[in-house]
Amino acid sequence: MRHRSLLILTTAVTAGALTLSACGSRGENKSGDGKATVVIGLDAPTTGELSALGLGIRNSAQLAIDNANKAGEVKGVTFKLEALDDKALPNVGQQNTTKLAGDKDVLGIVGPLNSGVAQSMQQVSKQNNLTLISPANTTPDLTQGPDWRKDKRVRQFPTYFRTATTDEVQGAFDGQYAWEKVKAKKVYIIDDQKTYGVGLASSFKDQFTKLGGKVAGSEHVSPDDRDFKAVVSKVKSAKPDLVFYGGEYPASGPLSQQLKDGGVTVPLMGGDGMYSGDYIKLNKKAQGDYASSVGKPVEDLPSAKKFIADYKAAGFKEAYEAYGGSAYDSTWAVIQAVKAVVGANSGKLPDDARKKVVDAMNKVTFDGVTGHIAFDKYGDTTNTMITAYQVDKGAWASRFSAEFKKFDKS
Amino acid sequence: MSELPQQLANGLILGAMYGLIAIGYTMVYGIVQLINFAHGEIFMVGGFGALSVFLALPAGTSLALALPVMLLGGIAVSVLVGIAAERFAYRPLRGAPRLAPLITAIGLSIALQQAIWKWYPDGKQARVFPQFKGRAFDILGATVQRGDIFVLIAAPACMIALGFFVAKTRSGRAMQATAQDPDTAKLMGINTDRIIVLAFAIGAAFAGVAAVAYGLRTGEVQFRMGFIMGLKAFTAAVLGGIGNIYGAMLGGVVLGIAEALATAYIEEIPGMEQFGGGAWKDVWAFVLLILVLLLRPQGLLGERVADRA
Repeated sequence: MRHRSLLILTTAVTAGALTLSACGSRGENKSGDGKATVVIGLDAPTTGELSALGLGIRNSAQLAIDNANKAGEVKGVTFKLEALDDKALPNVGQQNTTKLAGDKDVLGIVGPLNSGVAQSMQQVSKQNNLTLISPANTTPDLTQGPDWRKDKRVRQFPTYFRTATTDEVQGAFDGQYAWEKVKAKKVYIIDDQKTYGVGLASSFKDQFTKLGGKVAGSEHVSPDDRDFKAVVSKVKSAKPDLVFYGGEYPASGPLSQQLKDGGVTVPLMGGDGMYSGDYIKLNKKAQGDYASSVGKPVEDLPSAKKFIADYKAAGFKEAYEAYGGSAYDSTWAVIQAVKAVVGANSGKLPDDARKKVVDAMNKVTFDGVTGHIAFDKYGDTTNTMITAYQVDKGAWASRFSAEFKKFDKS
Repeated sequence: MSELPQQLANGLILGAMYGLIAIGYTMVYGIVQLINFAHGEIFMVGGFGALSVFLALPAGTSLALALPVMLLGGIAVSVLVGIAAERFAYRPLRGAPRLAPLITAIGLSIALQQAIWKWYPDGKQARVFPQFKGRAFDILGATVQRGDIFVLIAAPACMIALGFFVAKTRSGRAMQATAQDPDTAKLMGINTDRIIVLAFAIGAAFAGVAAVAYGLRTGEVQFRMGFIMGLKAFTAAVLGGIGNIYGAMLGGVVLGIAEALATAYIEEIPGMEQFGGGAWKDVWAFVLLILVLLLRPQGLLGERVADRA
């Protein structure tokens, strides 16, 4: 009896595995009306703590696809979005990339949100000659290699691009902003030990101390922690003018609240990982806190008016959040690359379309939602506009925008 | 050293929460020698139960009024899930090898997490938990939040009630008897099945109280919160001597204070700068556990018992 149930179990598991793997391959790339279908993959955390940002990315990419199809942006091609959830986990991101790469209609992937996830996706995208473009990754290493600090910059992956500027630029902007505009003299620096948080905090520190600022102390926390009381007590006795956090809103929301509860009355400052509506929702004492984000506030850009109107009209349930505009531009960049490839091949998709799309990505240039979109020799965006925001009466209010070029030594 | 009273208070509050959860591990282990790894999730669903009650109350109800109802709601949900887990996941495996219920517990833990993730409205993200408004209290040089007062009252009250129950009541004494020798207890006319359910229920009720305390303290509940808290509470139970209820609370408080002090002071020891701070606090908590287990394998208050298996 026991043997028989084991047999049944094994059969069921094997059948299940076969069914799942069968999902990965699809052959036909002609849709009913004789148009070629190009699939653009999307990888973002659409569930879990960071889903507010991830869903904004997914919806905005969908919007770009819908607009391209409606306007007939590329003649003879219908675009389709295949959105996968990476749960903000590097291994899931890698599986998603492998899955998308197995479908030959996929000519590009938009995503991911997290730099740590991107690290696990890049290699797979390179092996498959598949364009990967992130609207949100900001770790410099992803494009310029681990030695960028020593100014030995080498492009890491020919297939990787991004429309978000790097932490090197953003952290430095934050450092300068803290010194010049917030007029902080002494900061306490906390990071969450993740690729993004550590990078942002160290760029912040470099710029802030270069300008003459002092570091009152530094601390690392675990991104899964929600009880920061012990850290708060340390910050309190260090008496800083400002607390800087390198990390994301699920931890920084409670951190900010516990700081204020614990008697640290100075604001908390962070990067784009903190710039989310959920930060304010999770944190009743967010008033006065700062966050920077890449690009100009979407609401202030004339180029973004149409994006916002379209997004509203499309009736998405979730807000576009910090990376909506950037995700739209990322998707649009892939569409433009496909357009160039199809145009150069007398209106048809060539057989080596993936390789040609990667080449075309390097030459893409257009005016997007977040500004002018083009990529430099590392695959980074040439747009280094950053904006500082401050929480005011339960919402993020933009305070200051600037192009930050200081670090561009290359 | 001006931070010391504050760090002690931080550790005490956190430790009281660990202790409340640890009771659930220790009671179940004491009676059926099962490590109920799903206990962290029983804690987690308690938090969501309390939150649901708060959301069901008319908007604008003051938290002080709502708290007792929330507490009952949280306890009710935890206890129901705890009893159901015992009835449907563990009882059918009572005679099975030890590994089977252990693996079931891990599976149950994942199932409960995913159930909240999937079916609780907006459960995929952290849900905001109500918090007390108003200024914090200053007690002996330490700032204590209003919400934290709750756990400082609830934890000792629960311990006193549990101590009384175990020592003085009929059911409590039956519980002790079952822990000592289930077969003989059965011969003496004790319904051991009922006692096992009772142990699960009491553990779950304490987890429900801890979940409300956690929500008040951090201002949120989320589907993953049971994992880390459960692991720490299990550590506390082992540290204090698994099977001993006072040991569980002591273990929790020792662990909480050790974490707070490690965050604050390890880096002030010359040569140890890079091992201090919040990032290393878990390492130090487990170093403490290993040290205690090396020197006193039965835990702080545990008794060396002959292996019954």
